[in-house]
Amino acid sequence: MSQLFDHTWSLMRFILRRDRVRLPIWILSFVFVSAGIVLVFDNLYGDDIERQAIAETMENPAMVAMVGPNYGGADYTTGAMTAHEMLVMTAAIVALMNILLVSRHTRGDEEEGRLELVRALPVGQLSSLTAVLLVLTIVNTLLAVLTGVSMAALQVESVDLHGSLLFGAALGATGLFFAALTAVFAQLTQNARATTGLSIAALLVFYMIRAIGDVMSEALSLTSPLGWILRAKPFVENLWWPVMLSVGLAVALSLLALYLNSIRDHDSGFLPTRAGRTQAPATLRGPFGLAWRLQRTGLIAWAVALFILGISYGSVLGEIERFFEGIDLFQQLIVEQEGFSLIELFIPVLSSVMAILASIPAIMVMLKVKTEEKNGRMEHVIGRSVSRWRVAFSYWLLAALTAITMLFLTGSGLGLAGNAVLDEDLPLGTYIGASFVYLPAVLIMIGLALVFIGFLPSFASVIWLYLGLSFFVVYLGELLQLPDWVEKLTPYGHIPAIPLDEVNYGVLALMIAIAVLLSVAGAYGFRRRDLKT
Amino acid sequence: MTVVKTQGLSKTFGDFKALDGVDIEVKEGEVFGFIGPNGAGKSTTLRVLLGILKASEGSAEIFGKDVWKDAVDIHKRVAYVPGDVNLWPNLTGGEVIDLFGRLRGGYDKARRDELISRFGLDPGKKCRTYSKGNRQKVALIAAFSTDADLYIFDEPTSGLDPLMERVFSEYVHEAKAQGKSILLSSHILSEVEKLCDRVAIIRKGRIIETGTLKEMRHLTGSLMFIETDKPIPDLAELRGVHRVQVFDGGWSFQVDADELDAVVRHLSAFGIKRMESRPPTLEDLFIRHYEETETGAGGGV
Repeated sequence: MSQLFDHTWSLMRFILRRDRVRLPIWILSFVFVSAGIVLVFDNLYGDDIERQAIAETMENPAMVAMVGPNYGGADYTTGAMTAHEMLVMTAAIVALMNILLVSRHTRGDEEEGRLELVRALPVGQLSSLTAVLLVLTIVNTLLAVLTGVSMAALQVESVDLHGSLLFGAALGATGLFFAALTAVFAQLTQNARATTGLSIAALLVFYMIRAIGDVMSEALSLTSPLGWILRAKPFVENLWWPVMLSVGLAVALSLLALYLNSIRDHDSGFLPTRAGRTQAPATLRGPFGLAWRLQRTGLIAWAVALFILGISYGSVLGEIERFFEGIDLFQQLIVEQEGFSLIELFIPVLSSVMAILASIPAIMVMLKVKTEEKNGRMEHVIGRSVSRWRVAFSYWLLAALTAITMLFLTGSGLGLAGNAVLDEDLPLGTYIGASFVYLPAVLIMIGLALVFIGFLPSFASVIWLYLGLSFFVVYLGELLQLPDWVEKLTPYGHIPAIPLDEVNYGVLALMIAIAVLLSVAGAYGFRRRDLKT
Repeated sequence: MTVVKTQGLSKTFGDFKALDGVDIEVKEGEVFGFIGPNGAGKSTTLRVLLGILKASEGSAEIFGKDVWKDAVDIHKRVAYVPGDVNLWPNLTGGEVIDLFGRLRGGYDKARRDELISRFGLDPGKKCRTYSKGNRQKVALIAAFSTDADLYIFDEPTSGLDPLMERVFSEYVHEAKAQGKSILLSSHILSEVEKLCDRVAIIRKGRIIETGTLKEMRHLTGSLMFIETDKPIPDLAELRGVHRVQVFDGGWSFQVDADELDAVVRHLSAFGIKRMESRPPTLEDLFIRHYEETETGAGGGV
């Protein structure tokens, strides 16, 4: 029996050593963000009246579904506000961290054959899984304590030590719950991808149960770990039972995972693996079909996420006027213009942000060429009778279609939800137009990505820096009062703001021409260089 | 007719000269073996021929067309299996085989199924679960189920078990019988010896020997073992004698073919008790070439 756990301590040290950079970054990000939010809220919403204004905007069902019900009531202090608006989201990301870490150290190692090497040493059968669970217990405890202490250390009124520690503990306990759940899934499934996928699916389902429950019935909410953890109500009622519940279930799940681990064979899982297709479907016949097939799942997820983003932005449009009056920040962001409603002023701001986010999947599709090349799979394609022009064009086409779809989805999500909450509807075309007008800018980004692939493949990630810069400039340009030419450094800065600006089709046509030119140049570069492996 | 022809083919990566004037010629209907240790330039040569890498100097043609400019045309008649087969983890083997067939522009579906059962591949499994050997099988099945005129294999059997190696050999023989040309690289010399009509040995980016095995053997001469009554003091100094070693109470050594007569006459004076001779294996040729060029003596270009 005791032999089952031999060398657990050595394995723990080994995990800590392997993740010596990863773990501190994760933990410190949570600590800084949580403490940072307290400061930001304290600065932005200095008095009760401003906070009360925010509390009211939080009452609409869309916001309740997103972050949970406001439990502070009239007593919406900075502490209550932080916990209410941040707890569920932060806990979900802590859960994600735990899922990724556990999957990596359990199925990930097993799949890569590393665990086999370890198991061949005089190491207990359960030592590896135990070590992973213990390391994550340490990680989540540290995260809880450090977050709590640093929030309290800011000495912000209403953010006291008890509430802060409870807030941290709620994060840590949720993390621990998902670590243990992932450990169970790692025994059931047969590879790391399935473990991560199943765990994230569970996280999303729990989040949705909570969202629906918080809007419709509290009892339903209490069946989700993200639902019950919010009932700790830090800084208001300071209840500890939700934390205890999460930790208790985490222990039970850990024991279950250990039991399942002890009765299964190495490299096997309890869930049957589905037999795959023995023949390719008709759609898998060229580089385009392959590009789509490889990225299908990811693209569908992006489409859903961006549509939801559009809906969530749209659902707060009704509160814009109140927001606008209450908060200085927004008054700087939006320059008032004659003849337009506040909503119309706000649409282009939202559209620009969503357009930049919608560019991410499009650029990813284009950069997939590089990944395929690096992993030695591109030579299967161009080693057959497929020209490099055709490969480049296929990925470009998928990237362009992705851009079109994503912009359409963000725009229509914004419009559908916006019109549902606004007293006076705007034509749906206005929303979609405001979003869609960014297509030339996204096409330029895709073209640039292709230029990198053609000429400087190892520097292709620079495109992400440029996108980050674009986001910074477009989103914060007004706020930081940057000069106009700075905004013109990015293609997004040349796009007219619909419905405010007159649309200059000449500029848009020129941008499309530049995008095409860049793409052709990039494809030419890809045609004439060596394939790297 | 010549199927593959390179002249003065060179390839540099930065300062490193991977290929330095490679000349090879594969004739129609022959199995051409390309041998050399890791890093000698085998894969680089094949990848230049496939139009994956661009030659720095010299020319390379397949079916009389330029391998870089006319890559797509050439590939319609070529089947290629890379040395390191990397596949898409989330596609099944069956899907990949079909995809490869379609990318090439046509393949024989019935033959595909026959090959799958001959190689014993489970086509319904995701590629992530395949071992190296299984990934190689996927690429080999895709290659053999197409009706190509030229097959290019980069170390095709490095992950296969001996039974599968035999299946591979059968298909190579079958292709050859149909008049197809095959270019294969390997460092498994026994395999090359069994399959290939002609061989080129590459070392540090240069071809140091090329020809049929018979020609090479003639150049290298026989391996002899001799046991005599009296010791032979000057054995190592005789013309045409190489690699003298004391062995099992006698000597083993290599004799050049044109000096064989003189050497045997000389040795008979010492009272031969036992004498054996065998033709050199490819391994002997290979090692001799490498030793000679390593020490600078001889040089068999």
